[in-house]
Amino acid sequence: MSRPTPLREIHESLGATLTDFAGWLMPLRYGSESAEHNAVRQAAGLFDLSHMGEIFVTGPQAGQALDYALVGHLSALAPGRARYTMIVNERGGVLDDLIVYRLGDEEFMVVANASNYEKVGEELKNRAKSYNAVVEDRSEQYALIAVQGPRAQEILVTLTDADLAGLKYYAGLPGLVDGRQALIARTGYTGEDGFELFVANQDAVPLWHALTEAGRPYELRAAGLSSRDTLRLEAGMPLYGNELGVELTPFDAGLGRVVKFDKPGDFVGRSALEAVKDTPPRRRLVGLVARGRRVPRHGYPVTKDGAVVGEVTSGAPSQTLGKPIAMAYVDNGADAGLAVDIRGSHEPMDLIELPFYRRNK
Amino acid sequence: MSNIPDELSYTKEHEWVAGLDDGITVTIGITAYAAEALGDVVFVQLPEVGSTVEAGDSVGEVESTKSVSEIYTPVGGEIVEVNQAVVDDPSLANSDSYGDGWMFRVRVEGDPEDLLTAEEYSALTSGES
Repeated sequence: MSRPTPLREIHESLGATLTDFAGWLMPLRYGSESAEHNAVRQAAGLFDLSHMGEIFVTGPQAGQALDYALVGHLSALAPGRARYTMIVNERGGVLDDLIVYRLGDEEFMVVANASNYEKVGEELKNRAKSYNAVVEDRSEQYALIAVQGPRAQEILVTLTDADLAGLKYYAGLPGLVDGRQALIARTGYTGEDGFELFVANQDAVPLWHALTEAGRPYELRAAGLSSRDTLRLEAGMPLYGNELGVELTPFDAGLGRVVKFDKPGDFVGRSALEAVKDTPPRRRLVGLVARGRRVPRHGYPVTKDGAVVGEVTSGAPSQTLGKPIAMAYVDNGADAGLAVDIRGSHEPMDLIELPFYRRNK
Repeated sequence: MSNIPDELSYTKEHEWVAGLDDGITVTIGITAYAAEALGDVVFVQLPEVGSTVEAGDSVGEVESTKSVSEIYTPVGGEIVEVNQAVVDDPSLANSDSYGDGWMFRVRVEGDPEDLLTAEEYSALTSGES
């Protein structure tokens, strides 16, 4: 049985199509996923992301413990700021991609993917053992509601006195939203401006209602995981299990910049990653835009002159481009004359550098 | 509960069939249940007019944001017409599954597959949902 989030009854009352995702019963879409996608690009969308994991690392050596456990330099992060980072194994293989928020001098929150957070919590506990730090998985206590889109700030500002205008991208601060204690973070997974609100489970339902009311004049729309996936795909953001996996290093995924070799001390995966950092991987992650209307999907082969030169990791029809798009790992040098084998027929594709979509700032 | 018109026949693959009574030409589309399960339909591929098909053949495909499924013909015969409007605007498959979202017409030769009544199809879909 899939686990429901605290917002399950709201999703049902909105007529959502619910789906199992990583063991959670989540809203796939409420109505038209295209309309939900477009609402986020043009106005704002409201997401239940309570399936994400929240792991707290606290104590005098919390920063050092994370420097050892993750590839990033988290002890250098200023309180109130956040970083995109990864946890890898000894071989440099990616166990998960993470956002780490520094809440205070001795307090960090690690946000992990639903499919991985139990494993990440266990790894962090093991890796923090010799440090004066405590690792605690509080995923079951927190709900996460995101407001994403160009009008997100206008909506949220009606419910909080927190300084949203002063809150930078990849920053977070504690504050009251509709009278409820929240961590307000300017982060997201849609390619738009927006906020993620971490709240106690019991505050999720009233907060959702308050946001729905506040968003009414701004055409805020509830949005499900289907639109979240097409939004992140257009924005060229990787999804663990598709673009990232344990058989790939951060360098394979074109994300070597998250590995901070210049931080002090050893970290898990350092020697393996040192060994590959200057070797160009055989394949690189690129964007494909279909010339036709058939959609390349996860796992389909990329071909050139009939030979397989890569594999699609994610694909979908793009609302913003009006064409099917895909992310794919493609052999270095194979840049033109590409096709995707869509159930036996080789459909021509144009290669582009990611992302497909970048918002106007 | 999605709309399942009484006067149509249905397949287990979630197609509807109209016009069986006159026995000459039938119209085939996907059910509202199928369209809802797929989500927004973004691409429809239909068979060539004039081609000959057998009952049970895969004759086209319907793609949505999340998935793709094949369209099967429950009757054999000649494809006499396809709905260019649903090719040009695949959202018709969602908005008017039993009307403007029809897919193709077949001049029937031979016996159709076992088809379901509206009541039987309703039982099938309530078992799946």
